[in-house]
Amino acid sequence: MLSFTIRRLLLAIPTLLFISLVIFLLLEASPGDPLGDVPLTVPPEVRERMRAALGLGEPWPIRYVLWLKQFFWVEPLHWFDQIFGTGFAADMQRIISFQSRSPVFDVIAQRVPQTLTVVGMSYVVGILIAIPIGILSAYKQYSWFDQIGTFVSMIGFSMPTFFTGVVLIIIFGVNLQWFPSVYDTTLVVRDFDSFLAQMRQMIMPVTVLALYNAAQISRFMRSSMLDNLGQDYVRTARAKGLSEKVVVLKHVLRNSLIPVVTVIALGLPAVFGGAIITEQVFKVNGLGQLLITAIHGNDIPMVLTLTFIFAILIVVFTLIADILYGVLDPRIRYD
Amino acid sequence: MKLRTVLMGAVASLTMAPAAFAERGSDGQLGLIMWQAPTTMHPYLSGGTKEVIASSLTLEPLAGYDAEGTMYPRLAAELPTLENGGLAEDMMSVTWKLRDDIKWSDGTPFTADDVVFTADYCMDPDGGCSQLAKFEGITSIEAIDPQTVKISFASARPDPFSAFVGSQSPILQKAQFADCTGANAPTCTEQNFNPVGTGPFRVTQFLTNDTITLEANPEYRDPAKPAFATVLVKGGGDAAGAARSVLETGEFDYAWNTQLAPDVIAGMEAAGRGKVTAAFGSLVERIHVNLTDPSSSLPADERSTAAHPHPFLSDPAVRKALSMAIDRELLVEIGYGSAGQPTCNYVPAPEAWASENTECLTQDIEGANAMLDEAGWVKGGDGVREKDGVRLSMLFQTSVNAVRQDFQALIKQWWSEIGVETELKTVDASVFFGSDAGSPDTLQKFYADVQMYADNFDGNNPAPYLGKHTCANAPSPANQWQGEGISRFCDPEYDRMVSELEGILDAGERAEMGRTMNDMLTKDSNAIIPLVYRGTASAHANSLQGVQLNAWDSEIWNVADWSRAAE
Amino acid sequence: MTDTTKDTILTAAAGNAATPAASGPPVVPPTKNRSQWADVWRQFRSHRGAMVALVLLVGIILFVSIGPLLWRIDPTFVDIRARNQGFSLAHPFGTDQLGRDLLARLMAGGQVSIAVGLTAMGIAIVIGSLIGVVAGYFRRLDGPLMRVTELFLALPLLPLLLLMVTLFREPLSQTFGSAFGIFLLIVSAIGATSWMQAARIVRGEVLGLKEREFILAARSIGTPSHKMITRHILPNVLSPIMVAATLGIATAIITESALSFLGLGFPPDFPTWGRLLYDAVDQMVLYPARVIFPGVLISLTVLCVNYIGDGLRDAMDPRIRGR
Repeated sequence: MLSFTIRRLLLAIPTLLFISLVIFLLLEASPGDPLGDVPLTVPPEVRERMRAALGLGEPWPIRYVLWLKQFFWVEPLHWFDQIFGTGFAADMQRIISFQSRSPVFDVIAQRVPQTLTVVGMSYVVGILIAIPIGILSAYKQYSWFDQIGTFVSMIGFSMPTFFTGVVLIIIFGVNLQWFPSVYDTTLVVRDFDSFLAQMRQMIMPVTVLALYNAAQISRFMRSSMLDNLGQDYVRTARAKGLSEKVVVLKHVLRNSLIPVVTVIALGLPAVFGGAIITEQVFKVNGLGQLLITAIHGNDIPMVLTLTFIFAILIVVFTLIADILYGVLDPRIRYD
Repeated sequence: MKLRTVLMGAVASLTMAPAAFAERGSDGQLGLIMWQAPTTMHPYLSGGTKEVIASSLTLEPLAGYDAEGTMYPRLAAELPTLENGGLAEDMMSVTWKLRDDIKWSDGTPFTADDVVFTADYCMDPDGGCSQLAKFEGITSIEAIDPQTVKISFASARPDPFSAFVGSQSPILQKAQFADCTGANAPTCTEQNFNPVGTGPFRVTQFLTNDTITLEANPEYRDPAKPAFATVLVKGGGDAAGAARSVLETGEFDYAWNTQLAPDVIAGMEAAGRGKVTAAFGSLVERIHVNLTDPSSSLPADERSTAAHPHPFLSDPAVRKALSMAIDRELLVEIGYGSAGQPTCNYVPAPEAWASENTECLTQDIEGANAMLDEAGWVKGGDGVREKDGVRLSMLFQTSVNAVRQDFQALIKQWWSEIGVETELKTVDASVFFGSDAGSPDTLQKFYADVQMYADNFDGNNPAPYLGKHTCANAPSPANQWQGEGISRFCDPEYDRMVSELEGILDAGERAEMGRTMNDMLTKDSNAIIPLVYRGTASAHANSLQGVQLNAWDSEIWNVADWSRAAE
Repeated sequence: MTDTTKDTILTAAAGNAATPAASGPPVVPPTKNRSQWADVWRQFRSHRGAMVALVLLVGIILFVSIGPLLWRIDPTFVDIRARNQGFSLAHPFGTDQLGRDLLARLMAGGQVSIAVGLTAMGIAIVIGSLIGVVAGYFRRLDGPLMRVTELFLALPLLPLLLLMVTLFREPLSQTFGSAFGIFLLIVSAIGATSWMQAARIVRGEVLGLKEREFILAARSIGTPSHKMITRHILPNVLSPIMVAATLGIATAIITESALSFLGLGFPPDFPTWGRLLYDAVDQMVLYPARVIFPGVLISLTVLCVNYIGDGLRDAMDPRIRGR
C-alpha cells in the first residue's frame, strides 16, 4: 500500500500539471471579457489600455508559464517570508486578481473561514444524519421510518437550494424574525453572545445544505446496506450467534461503506469549492461566491487558482478513497 | 409645580435634541447592501458603477452633480465660469480654485499638487485607467499655487468639465499613491482598498467582493457631519434579497439597485419599513435594429458588416412598423413601475437636449399592418409576411435579466400580430457586454437581427454618446469589433453633424443639433427603437433621512447629510 | 444483492443443483430470459410503492404529452389583460405575470424537463457505468481512466458549458433545427459533466466485487471478459447505479434550469419546470401557486423514479423475489 501511495503521488504531479493546462486553455477559449462589467460609457480605446494593463496583451503560453511560476515558486516563497520574516519574494509579482487587483491567495484566505464553517459544518451534519438514517432505513426496509426517510430525502434532493433557501428566509427571517437573512462575515466569535449570533446566522444555510447532502448520502448508504444484508455471510454471522448489533454495525456496515466513502470523498473537495447558490441566497460570500463572481467577471487568475486548488484536493481525496477501499475490503489490492 | 415645569422643560429639550444638536457619529451604524459587491475602492482601476458608489463614501471630486444634474462645487471653492475668470474666453483652459479648509483623513492638507498628481496617475500610459476618456484632450495641468489648478486643452472645449467632475474621477492623495503610478497601479492593494480621502467616511476594513466597514472621517470639513459613526457595506446575494433586507426585515438601511417587478416591490413595501425610489439620469432601454445582414451563411468577417445590407430590416417601413407595434406604456407598467417612463428618445435628458418626440408612445398595430401591406409585405399561410421570398423572421437577443425576458415575450407577441416571426435568444450578461472579439454572442458582434439593452452617458454632455453612431464607428473586423455604432447606422449627413457638434460652443445651438441627431437615429430611421427611460431604483428604510437619489453622479452623493430619524 | 446467473454458477460450481433460486441452467438464455423478466415483472407488481409510482409517472408523462393536445392554449401566448389571474375555468391553474396560461406552460415545460432529465441521466449513467466497470475490472486501464475522471471533476463547469454553447449552438441548430439542436446540446452538456460520480462509485464496487469467490469461480471456468462484465459484474453494481440514476434525474432537471437562466439553454420564452420554479421564486409570497406546481411536479417525478428504482432493484434480486 505504501509503494502504491508513493507511486500515485508521483503520478499526481504530471496529472495536475496537465489539468492546470487544460483549465487554463478552457478559460482562454471560453467566451467572456474581464472588462464586461465596465460601463459602455468607457470607449473602446480605453478598454484596450485597461486590457493591456491586466497583462492580456501577452500570448497565452507566456501567461500560462508565468502563472505556473507564480503558483509554484512565488507564492510558496511569499509564505516562507511571512513565517520567517525573510525577504526572498519581496520584488516578485504574486498572482493578482483581475477584478480586485489584489493577491488571489489573500482573498482566498479571507473566504476560507466562512466556507469551512458553513459548508463544512453542513457536510458534517449531513453525514451524521445520513449514515444512521441510511442504516435504519435499510435494516427496517419499507417500515414507516424508511418510507418517511425516503420521502423527505428525495424531496430534499429534488428541491433546488435557490428555492428552499428563499422559503426558509421568508418563514424564519421575514415572518418569524428568528434568524438574520443576511450572513455577517465580519462577526468574530469572542464571547457567548457572539457565539449565539454566529449560531443564529448559520442555522438556515447549514440546514439547507445539510438536507441536500444528507439526502444523497443516505440513499447510497441505504442501497448498499440492503445489498449486503441479503448476503450469505450475514446469515453465517447470525448463525454463529453474533448479536444483531454486531452483525449490522460491524460486518454489514463495514462492507457497505465503499460507495458511501466514494460519495463523501467526492463531496469533501466540493466543501472547499463552496456552495454557490446557497452562499448567494444567504450572502455568506465564501469560496463559492468568490468562484462564481470570478467566472462572471472572467477573472482568469482567480478562477484558475481556485479550480487548481480544487483539482489538487480532488486528486488527494480520490487517493484517500482508494486507500480506504483497501482498508474496508482487504481483498482489494492495487499492485 | 416647580418640579413639573422643570421636568417638562427637560422632556421638551430631549425631543428637540436630534434636530438641534446633530453631531458627528451620533446615529450609530448605517447599513448599505449592494448585491453586486464592490471589488475595490478605487474607481480609476475598475470603472464599474458599484466601485464608483462605494468609493464615493471616501473620495471626492472637485465638483459633483446634484439630483437635478446641476454641477455644484465640492472640493473646489466655486465653479469656474467666464465671469469669475475660471473659464478662458477661448475655452482652451479652465482654472479651478480649491477650498483651503480641506484635510485628508490622515490630517494632512489637501492641495493643488494632489489634483495634478491624480491627472498624471490616470494619464500614465501604462496604468490602464478606466476614466482616461475624461482626461482626453488635456495638454497640461499645473498647480499655479496650492489652491489653484489650471487645466489646458489642445482645442476649444464646449464642455471643459469632464476631469475631476463627478464621482467617477475623484482626487487621490499624492502622498499615498506616489509609488503606485503606471505599471505599479495594480500592485498597490493596500492603497487601492484603503484610499485616504476627503469624504465623510474612511475605510477601516475592506474585504473585496464582500464587506466594507467605514467610520466617520475625523477630519471631515463639517464638524457636525456625518451623522453616522460607522458604515457597513455588505455585498452578495441578489436584488430581491437586498430589497427584502431593507423593506421586510429591516436589517439594512439602504439597498442599491433593487430592480424588481413592480408588484414584487409593492408586496415588500407593504411591510411598512421602507420604500423604493427612483432617479432618472440618461439611461434608456432600447432595441437596436441590425441594418446589416447577420446571416450565418456569410463568411465570418462579412457577417453583420456594411458589406451586406439586411435583407428586410434595411426597409424603413419594416423598422417603422416594428416600432409602431410596441406598447411602451405597458412595458413600463410590467417591468419598471415608477422606475421607468415610456420614451421615443435616444437622448432623454438633459431637458434642452430631449426632443419633442412622442409619436411612438401610442401603439398602432393596425397602422403597422397597413404600412407593411403598402410596402408589399404580404402575409403567408402561416401568418408571417414575406416579399420576394424573404420572410419577416428575426432573431431577437438580449442579456439574461428577468425584466428583459418579459419584454422579449411581450414584444414577440406584438410583432407576431403584425406578421413578424421572432425567435428569442438570451446571452449571459458577462458575455453579452464583454467585448471579447472571439465570442459570437457579444453586443458588438450583433449576430442577430434585433437586440435590446440599456445605455447612458456620463455627466450631462450627450455629445460623445451621439457621436457613437458614425459610419466608421460601426463594429467590424477592421476595428476588431470594438466599434460603438451598434446598429451599423451610416448616414454621411449624420457624420457631418457629429464633427460639427464638436466645434459648436453655444449651449443652445448644441442642444438643438443634438435633438436633430436624436430624431435621425430614432423616429426618422428607426435604427434605434427606444422603449423605456429608466431610472435607477434603490430601496431605503423609512428611518433613514436625507436620501435624495441621484442618477447623474454616485447615487449616495449626499451620504454626509444622511441621518436617522428619531423613532 | 445477487442475480440468478451468479447463483447458478455458484451452485453449479458447488455441485449442488437443488437451490430453488437457480431456475435453469445458464446455457439456454432465450427461454430463461423470458421467464426471468416475467418473474421480475411479477415481483415488481407485488411492490405496492413501485406500482403506485409507476402509475403516477405514466400519469405525469401522459399529462405532459397528451395534455397539450387536449388543452390547446399556446404556452408562449401572451394575453396581457389576463395577467396574474387566479384559478378560473379559462385558466385552471391561473396565469403568470404576462398572462400566459400556467397549465399549458406546465405541460410544455414537463415535456422538456422529463426528456432532458431522463436523457441526460441516461447519458451520464451509461458513460459513468462503462468507465467505472472498465476501470475497476481491467487493472491496466484503471490509472488512465481515473486520471480522466479527476480531470473532468476538476474542470470548472460554467466556462466549459459557455464554451460548448459558443462552439456548438449554431452548427447544431442548423443541422437539427433550433429546438432539437439545443436539446441535444443541453443533454450532452449535462451528461458529459455529470458522469464522474457514477464512475467512481461503480469502480469502487467493482474493485471489491472482482475479488469475490463467484467471480473467481467464473473466471476459473474461462468466462470471457465481456460476458463476465455483462453477466456478473453489472448486475451486482445495479443498486448504486440505480441510486445514482434517481439522483441524476433531479440534478439534470435543476441543472437545465440553471443553464436557461445563464442564457445557455432553451429560448427564454420556452418553459421548463426548473425555469418556471426559478422565475417564480421572487413572486413566491404573492403567488404561491406558481412555485408550488412546478416544485411538486419535479419532486413527484423524482420520487416516482426513485420508487420504481426500488421496486426494480427488489424485483431483480432473486433472494427477495418470491418472498
